[in-house]
Amino acid sequence: MRLMVRTRVLIASLLLAAFLAPTAASAQGAPIKIGLLAPLSGAFSATGKDMLVGAELYLDEIGRQVAGRKIELIVEDSEGTPATALTKARKLVDQDKVHVLTGGLLASTGYALQPYVDGQRIPTTFPVIAADDLTQRKPAKWIVRTGWTTSQPLHPFGEWVAKNLKYKKIATIGMDYAFGWETVGGFQHSFEESGGQIIQKIWTPLNTNDFAPFLAQIKRDADAVLALFVGRLALQFMKQYETAGLKGKLPLLAGGTTTDESVLPQMGDEAIGAITPLHYSAAIDTPQNKRFASAFEAKAGKSASYYSEATYTGTRWIVDAIKAVGGKVEDRDALLAALRKVEIKDAPRGPISVDQWGNPVQNVYVRKVEKVGGKLQNAVIATFPNTGQFWKYSPEEYMKAPLYSRDYPPCKHC
Amino acid sequence: MDHRVVGALLVLAGAAGIAPALPAYPLTLLTQALIAAMLAMSLDVLLGYTGLPSLGHAAYFGVAAYAVAILATEHRVGFAGCLAAGLVAAAVTAALFGLIAIRASGTYFLMITLALGMVIWGLAFRWVTLTKGDNGVSGVPRPELGLPWSLWSPLPFFYFTLLILAVAWALLGLLVTSSFGLSLKGIRESESRMRVLGYNVWLHKYLAFVIAGVFSGLAGALWAYYNGFVSPVDVQLVTSVEALLMVALGGPGTLAGPAAGAAVIVFLKNFVSVYTKRWLLILGAVYIGVILFAPGGLAGAVARRRR
Amino acid sequence: MTAEFWIAQTFNGLSYGALLFLLASGLSLIFGVMRIVNLAHGSYFMLGGYVGLSVVWRTGSFVAALLAGAVAVGLIGVAMERLFLSRLPGQTLGQVLMTIGFALIFQDLALLIWGGDPYTIPVPPLLSGVVRLDTLSFPIYRIFIVLVAVVVGLLLWLALDRTRTGAMIRAAVDDAEMAQGVGIRVPRLSLGVFALGACLAAFGGVIGGAFLGVYPGADFEVLPYAFVVVIVGGLGSLPGAMVGSLLVGLLDNFGKALFPELSYFTLFAPMALILALRPTGLFGRV
Repeated sequence: MRLMVRTRVLIASLLLAAFLAPTAASAQGAPIKIGLLAPLSGAFSATGKDMLVGAELYLDEIGRQVAGRKIELIVEDSEGTPATALTKARKLVDQDKVHVLTGGLLASTGYALQPYVDGQRIPTTFPVIAADDLTQRKPAKWIVRTGWTTSQPLHPFGEWVAKNLKYKKIATIGMDYAFGWETVGGFQHSFEESGGQIIQKIWTPLNTNDFAPFLAQIKRDADAVLALFVGRLALQFMKQYETAGLKGKLPLLAGGTTTDESVLPQMGDEAIGAITPLHYSAAIDTPQNKRFASAFEAKAGKSASYYSEATYTGTRWIVDAIKAVGGKVEDRDALLAALRKVEIKDAPRGPISVDQWGNPVQNVYVRKVEKVGGKLQNAVIATFPNTGQFWKYSPEEYMKAPLYSRDYPPCKHC
Repeated sequence: MDHRVVGALLVLAGAAGIAPALPAYPLTLLTQALIAAMLAMSLDVLLGYTGLPSLGHAAYFGVAAYAVAILATEHRVGFAGCLAAGLVAAAVTAALFGLIAIRASGTYFLMITLALGMVIWGLAFRWVTLTKGDNGVSGVPRPELGLPWSLWSPLPFFYFTLLILAVAWALLGLLVTSSFGLSLKGIRESESRMRVLGYNVWLHKYLAFVIAGVFSGLAGALWAYYNGFVSPVDVQLVTSVEALLMVALGGPGTLAGPAAGAAVIVFLKNFVSVYTKRWLLILGAVYIGVILFAPGGLAGAVARRRR
Repeated sequence: MTAEFWIAQTFNGLSYGALLFLLASGLSLIFGVMRIVNLAHGSYFMLGGYVGLSVVWRTGSFVAALLAGAVAVGLIGVAMERLFLSRLPGQTLGQVLMTIGFALIFQDLALLIWGGDPYTIPVPPLLSGVVRLDTLSFPIYRIFIVLVAVVVGLLLWLALDRTRTGAMIRAAVDDAEMAQGVGIRVPRLSLGVFALGACLAAFGGVIGGAFLGVYPGADFEVLPYAFVVVIVGGLGSLPGAMVGSLLVGLLDNFGKALFPELSYFTLFAPMALILALRPTGLFGRV
């Protein structure tokens, strides 16, 4: 009798195991693979490292698993060139068979990847790439931006500067490429609509290291200067702005990356007083940002910057989408749809959702560089909630006009 | 048949044979290696056969790539038109630059070609209305040749590139074994002697320069189709330096050597960087090692072993 | 264009040219004696800046940074020449390619040791500040760079012109074979000149580090400028390097100020033109 019971139990458990096996297989099943492209060598390697650590920080917080499956982060070095980014993207998609692709830094990388990603039908997120047009006139179907568009913070900022700081005439000096054009363009659009005038536009070639010839040309009768620089150029510009004697005389406004925390610690007091708009600041005074900033600093040994918050929140975005599809990342269409529907209320940068073109709607902060406790930081002095890429403008009208470029909007008062 | 021709055919046949068995990613890398091989071989004509070291060879590569990219995206020109335009653009650029560069030799030639290469790079950045500057030209479609296989798939595109490489290799092989090619070698050995013998040394060097530029342009055109994207990075100094190193690594003056050198470097770059962030250091060490211990490059090492 | 514009831009061009002189004079001398183009020269500049940066962080002394940068990179130059370049005597192309390999290695090593963040070397308080004349401002540091370049130029010229070693160097530049034949130890001279060139470049790197910054990629960014100076001035000629760096500094500056859209052009096209007319540069020897 006992034997029969044992046999029945055995058979029953075998049947149960056979029934459960498929679900068990997918539960301990193949890991979910996220491919991250970041410049880990070359001139942008510090930024790439920030991006990597930001992503890893989030994944570690959730124990590197979601919906019962492990998450594998496969990182490839884009070396800061679009051709290499494309090659590594191919490796991630064709060889590593990632389920989601993310990362990228430069606008050129974004444009290079767009046709490939759409052709391969691989759900992709861009946490950093800000080139305006990628989510405007020719949006990619398979890309969701979780970062920003270049002009996004500048639209509300332009109006704010005109109304609050009461500057009437502003000279601009920015890097001579799309990132610079879109920054100045976005600012000019709203600033001039609010009654201001851009009286000069200076574009510096990308390999400039000596800004003296340009600084000497800035019209001294301007009320303020709007600058746009990135990385080491921001560092040099700030220093040279001061030595050229402009710091006390012409208040400095700038695109957010100019005082981003990735370069701010290397600057001296010459940066104090600069006012910049961006969708993030390491000094945002909310519990979730304080937690993130200190966790990042503990892990990376340096201050959290917008690059690291970008991949931290960007990875969370992907994970939330994966949760929404119950871990079934193999269904690419479903995953893409989920990526477009994610909403995060408590990211370090604040609440985020995504518009129909795949670009975030989020807070924009006006920050002022201040010295607090012996360290420089981007103190938040104003907030514009719910700012999308088109701001107050009607998307249809906005997109009928040309993309911001060197000559658009035209400089009528130059 | 000449053993070099047999060797070349074997290599091409081998590549054609293993291709269907390769997964997509290594196949695309192999395609990249083929294009790099073409660039390296074109430089070999100049460096290996004529003895003129150019540090600006990426200029013609880039000019053709941009021509193809711009015509294919903005003006929807077909393959034949794009290719022709690319080759003509490369030829014209080489013809112009050759007039300036051929006056010099040795180190001066190196530096002049570097400067000329930088001029093209500067143009790529600045002439934004044409080249879209830093953003690059994207969305270049694969050629529509009316074949039953779409070139958007890796395997057909690989064979397409292989075919073009084979033709180019054959043409270059004919060139270097012709009397023109032999005079180039003579010039490499001793210009004064060739001059005394009555050869028009300037014309020979100039023609070699232009021909090298045209084949470099061919590689550039293929590159534009392969990536679907061209940016100023493709014409920067580092690209010219890499081409030079491919030739040195493979063995100048052998055509096959630089092709091998190109393949080695493409695979080194893409495989080493997966395992370590220090791939650039390893690459530099490999270059130094090869130059020190295998001065004739890979081809030289192979030749020595055969002896 | 006001008079102030011309004065300001001329001053900028002069001070930039002064820095270029420090960078390029070494390159020119190295070529003169060894007939090789050191493509790691930009790396020397960058490494000098990084070493100087570390020394300033540790000791706070700008002078120590200058010395340490020059000495450290000078030693690297000696090692490179003695252990590697001298193994390929006479093979100029091989040596040039080797310097490229080293440039790559140095670039990655710098990334490994100092990370990817950009830094600037703090200007010593004595040299910071601005001299103001009317609406013009002349940063004291830039005046300092000009003075340093003048002093270095003078010292180099005196050394080449008035000392025995200088005479030997000039002989080797003129005709290395003959010099060897007359008993001049050309290999040892080559080593000395190579080390000197490296020291000069590194010295320039520390000085430049205070206003151009020290960052990954500085090596390949600054290299074309060195080349332009040396090509325009003529390889192997010290007066050439002086005139060349002045010309390039001014051309680049005015080019950026007057025709910013053509800024790459204004640098390289005139160089190509000079070469087309006078292939050995203004003061060069074949």
